[in-house]
Amino acid sequence: MNVAPLPPTAPPAIEVEKLRGGYDGDVILDNVSFRVAAGEIFFVIGGSGCGKSTLLRHLVGLNHPLAGTVKFFGRPFSDATLADRHALLKTFGMLFQGGALWSSLTLRQNIALPLEHYTPLTRREIDDIVRLKLAQVGLAGFEDYYPAEISGGMRKRAGLARALALDPEIVFFDEPSAGLDPVTSRKLDELILHIRDTFGTTIVVVSHELASIFDIADRVIMLDRAEKGIIATGRPRELAAHSPDPRVKEFLRRGSKQSAEP
Amino acid sequence: MPESLETAPARATATAAEGGLDVAVGGVWQVTEPRPVWARVLGGARPARVRLRAEGLATWDTSLLLFLFEVREWCRAAGAECDAAPLPEKIRVLLDQFGTAHDARPPADRMGSFIAGVGHVTVETWGRARTASTFLGESVLGVARLFRRPAAFRWGDCLGEMQQCGAMALPIVSLISFLVGLIMAYQAAVQLRQFGADIYVADLVGLSVVREMGPMMAAVILAGRTGAAFAATLANMKASEEVDALETLGIPPVDFLVLPRIVALTLMMPLLALYADCVGILGGMAVGAGVLEIPPAAYWIETQSIVDLSDVNTGLLKSVAFGLLIGIASCWRGLQAERSAAGVGRAATSAVVTSILLVIVADALFAVVFNILGW
Repeated sequence: MNVAPLPPTAPPAIEVEKLRGGYDGDVILDNVSFRVAAGEIFFVIGGSGCGKSTLLRHLVGLNHPLAGTVKFFGRPFSDATLADRHALLKTFGMLFQGGALWSSLTLRQNIALPLEHYTPLTRREIDDIVRLKLAQVGLAGFEDYYPAEISGGMRKRAGLARALALDPEIVFFDEPSAGLDPVTSRKLDELILHIRDTFGTTIVVVSHELASIFDIADRVIMLDRAEKGIIATGRPRELAAHSPDPRVKEFLRRGSKQSAEP
Repeated sequence: MPESLETAPARATATAAEGGLDVAVGGVWQVTEPRPVWARVLGGARPARVRLRAEGLATWDTSLLLFLFEVREWCRAAGAECDAAPLPEKIRVLLDQFGTAHDARPPADRMGSFIAGVGHVTVETWGRARTASTFLGESVLGVARLFRRPAAFRWGDCLGEMQQCGAMALPIVSLISFLVGLIMAYQAAVQLRQFGADIYVADLVGLSVVREMGPMMAAVILAGRTGAAFAATLANMKASEEVDALETLGIPPVDFLVLPRIVALTLMMPLLALYADCVGILGGMAVGAGVLEIPPAAYWIETQSIVDLSDVNTGLLKSVAFGLLIGIASCWRGLQAERSAAGVGRAATSAVVTSILLVIVADALFAVVFNILGW
């Protein structure tokens, strides 16, 4: 979705207030608060087990927060009524770690499903959109392939095409680089940048891929397992250079060196 | 109250301009909402030139592209000039992308011609036959290794599977066998009662259950219950690369995953068949006592007089073969599955179908062989 420049009073795309999250009563995140501006590429980083994916699951509504609120464009999501929740769900897309394509459907059917469900478009129009979305992620001509017939990187791109089917205002990425080679990973980063620049989409990425963090992130928050929350917020290079927290420096320093190398 | 820029619905207004039509698009364009229809905007006019421009355009997505593409296609068909230059560059680039995607030739039929299809199926069938024979060969070698080094066999896994396919299957085997015995007795009673031969219900039920229905029903239940579970488990393990991990460690997946299951099923099947025999006879006895007023003791004596040990043995022999066939078929189907969720489902289905098919074919062969041998 292409959005006109927001007035200064516009609410942030995502607003998380005092979120407590976890599973089966186990608190993994506590008192987590942050905001993501519209059109921002926002990374959630941290070591393994720090709660990155848990935070993402709470953001997209796969898990209900134990406490706190999540708002999208000023509209409450975590405590929304079913109708409001449905309306908000239409405004964001999610790319899962493995693509999460429905294996019994072709790529065409995978991408067409949200369009058939949510829009009044005709079959021909849906078909055109499917082809456009696949072309945008570099998979033109793969409409009739099943997920099992394409590579892992292609599955991720097809998953992204499905996430973009409804022209969402926010796209969530769960470990987009996991299992990809550096070249494919870099291409996916470029695709994320292209989506943001072309459509003004807000992007939230959960990752610990340092190259991606330094290349495309506007801002990051870093989570820590022991603190059960955010230990740093800011631009990645500034954090790497000036963060007083040794854990943040330790995490980002190697990436900053890698990224500086030719 | 006038609508703000952010909330105004999608609109397209056409005004006559010098030498054609000036179309201004504005408002909020969302693919999930209705959009203006070009034919209505046109209002029956046939301009020689259409000029597209944005005016008060707030938020837009693919919905706007669909509309603009419709306009462009109309111009192409009507021989009119379509001037999209006044539109923002971002929209023009995306419109071109949309056009390219639309004009892209649909991918060729991936199945190819009929002859190619026949060839494809033949090669696939040949490949499947080869994998089946390879699997069978590996299983035989695995059994040989089991006899050579019994200590290396995974007895713990085997016992777990025995519990799963044996003890845990008792409730469903009890219910089905009892009902089958009951139904057979009812059917026999209707006919035999006309001749005053009620007591022979015990003979019919006893022989049928012990020689045929007991082993067969136990086999069908285990094919559906355990065979499907074996195939789904192995297919899932294959999808999550657990089978590959075994192979990279040099551990034959057949020894680790298949043999414990086959051995468990082959050992438990005769026990379940024997149990099914007893419960089936009880079902017949219930009808005898309840409907035909035959005392249970008389029913039992009559059953004993007709069913001898050789009948029980033939049933048990068959059930061992059934267990072996179900184990092999379901494990083979599981390891053959595609690496996807749909593949797991297909593996479970084909395991049940293959197992039941093999059981029935084997039963027919046993009937012929036993007839020749006079058993």
